[in-house]
Amino acid sequence: MHIVVCVKQVPDSAQIRVHPVTNTIMRQGVPTIINPYDLFALEEALRLRDKFGGEVTVLTMGPPMAEDSLRKAMTFGADRAVLLTDRFFAGSDTLATSFALAEALKKIGTDFGEPSIVFTGKQTIDGDTAQVGPGIAKRLKLNQLTYVAKISDLDPDRETITVERRAEGGIQVLETRLPVLVTMLEGSNEIRRGSLEDALRAAKADVVKWSAADAGIEDLTKCGLRGSPTIVKKIFSPDPRSEKAHPIDTTDLSMDDIAQALMDELFQRQPELEGEFLRFAATQFGQEVGHG
Amino acid sequence: MAEAPKAKPAAGRAGTKKELPDHFKAYKHVWVAIECEHGAVHPVSFELLCEGRKLADKRGVELAGVVMGGSEDAIAEAVAQTFEYGADVVYTVVDPVLTHYRNEPYTKAMTDLVNTYQPEILLLGATNLGRDLAGSVATTLLTGLTADCTELAIDDEGSLAATRPTFGGSLLCTIFTLNYRPQMATVRPRVMSMPERQEGKRGKVISHPLGMGEDDVVTKVLQFVADRETDKAQLPYADIVVAGGLGLRSAENFQLVKNLAAVLGAEYGGSRPLVQKGWISADRQIGQTGKTIRPKLYIAAGISGAIQHRVGVEGADLIVAINTDANAPIMDFANLAIIADAVQVLPALTEAFRKHLSVNRMAG
Ligand SMILES: Cc1cc2nc3c(=O)[nH]c(=O)nc-3n(C[C@H](O)[C@H](O)[C@H](O)COP(=O)(O)OP(=O)(O)OC[C@H]3O[C@@H](n4cnc5c(N)ncnc54)[C@H](O)[C@@H]3O)c2cc1C
Repeated sequence: MHIVVCVKQVPDSAQIRVHPVTNTIMRQGVPTIINPYDLFALEEALRLRDKFGGEVTVLTMGPPMAEDSLRKAMTFGADRAVLLTDRFFAGSDTLATSFALAEALKKIGTDFGEPSIVFTGKQTIDGDTAQVGPGIAKRLKLNQLTYVAKISDLDPDRETITVERRAEGGIQVLETRLPVLVTMLEGSNEIRRGSLEDALRAAKADVVKWSAADAGIEDLTKCGLRGSPTIVKKIFSPDPRSEKAHPIDTTDLSMDDIAQALMDELFQRQPELEGEFLRFAATQFGQEVGHG
Repeated sequence: MAEAPKAKPAAGRAGTKKELPDHFKAYKHVWVAIECEHGAVHPVSFELLCEGRKLADKRGVELAGVVMGGSEDAIAEAVAQTFEYGADVVYTVVDPVLTHYRNEPYTKAMTDLVNTYQPEILLLGATNLGRDLAGSVATTLLTGLTADCTELAIDDEGSLAATRPTFGGSLLCTIFTLNYRPQMATVRPRVMSMPERQEGKRGKVISHPLGMGEDDVVTKVLQFVADRETDKAQLPYADIVVAGGLGLRSAENFQLVKNLAAVLGAEYGGSRPLVQKGWISADRQIGQTGKTIRPKLYIAAGISGAIQHRVGVEGADLIVAINTDANAPIMDFANLAIIADAVQVLPALTEAFRKHLSVNRMAG
């Protein structure tokens, strides 16, 4: 079975700083990581490969340095890595990204075998749109399974897959036919520690590098900025609130007095809160609140 | 079924200037996808109607809701509510195939409606259902989609200006879909406020066939396991929320947050590191990558107030910060602060409320 995992290299946004005066992003020196949500997809793919045999290919679209993420994915055990990189892809929004990735996936299918499952993470931490996965599914006519908490059954012979999907207010148990696109929910598994062999292999492996032309993309108007219907017109910092928090005076007060002071202040600012608390307390009659 | 006209995307460069191709000029009106799984409408749909109303009024067009479901009975209440929360028109697609949400038939229903009736703006909730559907619909229609917006407006040229957090929430950006239609956007629950309900308000209902049978749908729903009421964290819609952060120092101390929440009838939650440490479950994370809340009262104990946390709580009426650091970022957006050790303040506060509430209940 061939499984492809789409990953994205993202800046470790915990470390992004915004220039206080010019309001621009200071990217220099910000380390990059594999989008954390993608690791749940990668681990799930590796588990399926370990169980059913076959290969896991990781695919990313990005600048040349995104190769680092692919090598990192190989240290966890991915068998093959494909980097889709071309200046024509710069400025892609979700529609243009799903187009380019879908084209690369077709080429991967031709060169290395049709994938039964294409995985993506639930969303990325920098774009955070959760739309690229569904976009790929639609373009390649794959059955779409998003927010998958668990793959409960996979039958490569019957070409069926059964999953538990996180829906609003419950879990949907869905069965569909391969090939599928799956986006994994966070927390559904934990990425393994790569082995020493994998680390050595990753360091030496050849990453497959494709330009738009290599991937068979002829219509460049569907790529990058030109292929993106959305346009970012303005980037700005959120307004600071003019007023700082009002500190409750705690000098020389015991903890009990501080608590009392906060409660008084709350009820003074928002009198209906007291009624709300009392109504709740009444429903707890005979339980612990009544015996305070 | 009538074959819907196929919308062609604008040729050539998308460009940053507005040059709407002729075949999109007829696109008019603001639509909201009404999410009604298992009978009840997700409140995010009403929040979108509130926002959609403003956009439609600004544009001088109609506001419509789209309701899809398995039978007329199943959607009757949702249709009524869609009018009562502000829609002028409701489009319905009713077919047993639509009983449970599935991507294929819902995408078909929505894209057929769009191609037939041609809205200029289409809003969906950024829920698991809405995000699953929005990406497929936008890709099928080859139009622009802006996800997780925090603000929607109409600019001087009449285009939708969709603002959303970017770069991990540290900045905001405003995004346009100038030359494609419809302009699509998703908004997370609780980011927008609820509209007033106009009891008894009704309007025009337009039904459209699905044109797809069960045999055409590959994916089958084998089972739906509803969450147990007690397990469900109802954070987004809770009136009172108490939360803890790393300042609590240990999982044991997090119990102090739960104790206070229990006395106040509040939901409890926490910052992201607590989820990563396994102190709380993922559905209790508050913030940009967790839940957005809009309570009357939010008490944050030992939370620094990082921007990713802040964007999830700014809709609260009253924010209380309990933090040892008077300069923590949370002081920039909290209303009240206690500069002290949360591990000591929380039990004292719990006790003060417990006493006050039992005394007053006895008296009352
Ligand atoms: C892409 C991305 C998405 C993110 N999404 C989210 C999100 O959705 N939600 C979220 O919360 N975070 C999110 N984060 C993480 C966020 O950036 C912060 O790291 C996190 O919110 C900090 O958690 P904290 O406030 O609990 O911990 P800290 O920042 O470590 O703050 C602890 C606070 O406790 C105070 N303190 C210490 N001791 C005490 C004491 N005894 N009593 C009282 N106060 C004390 C300290 O002064 C400090 O202010 C995200 C980060 C990224 C990069």
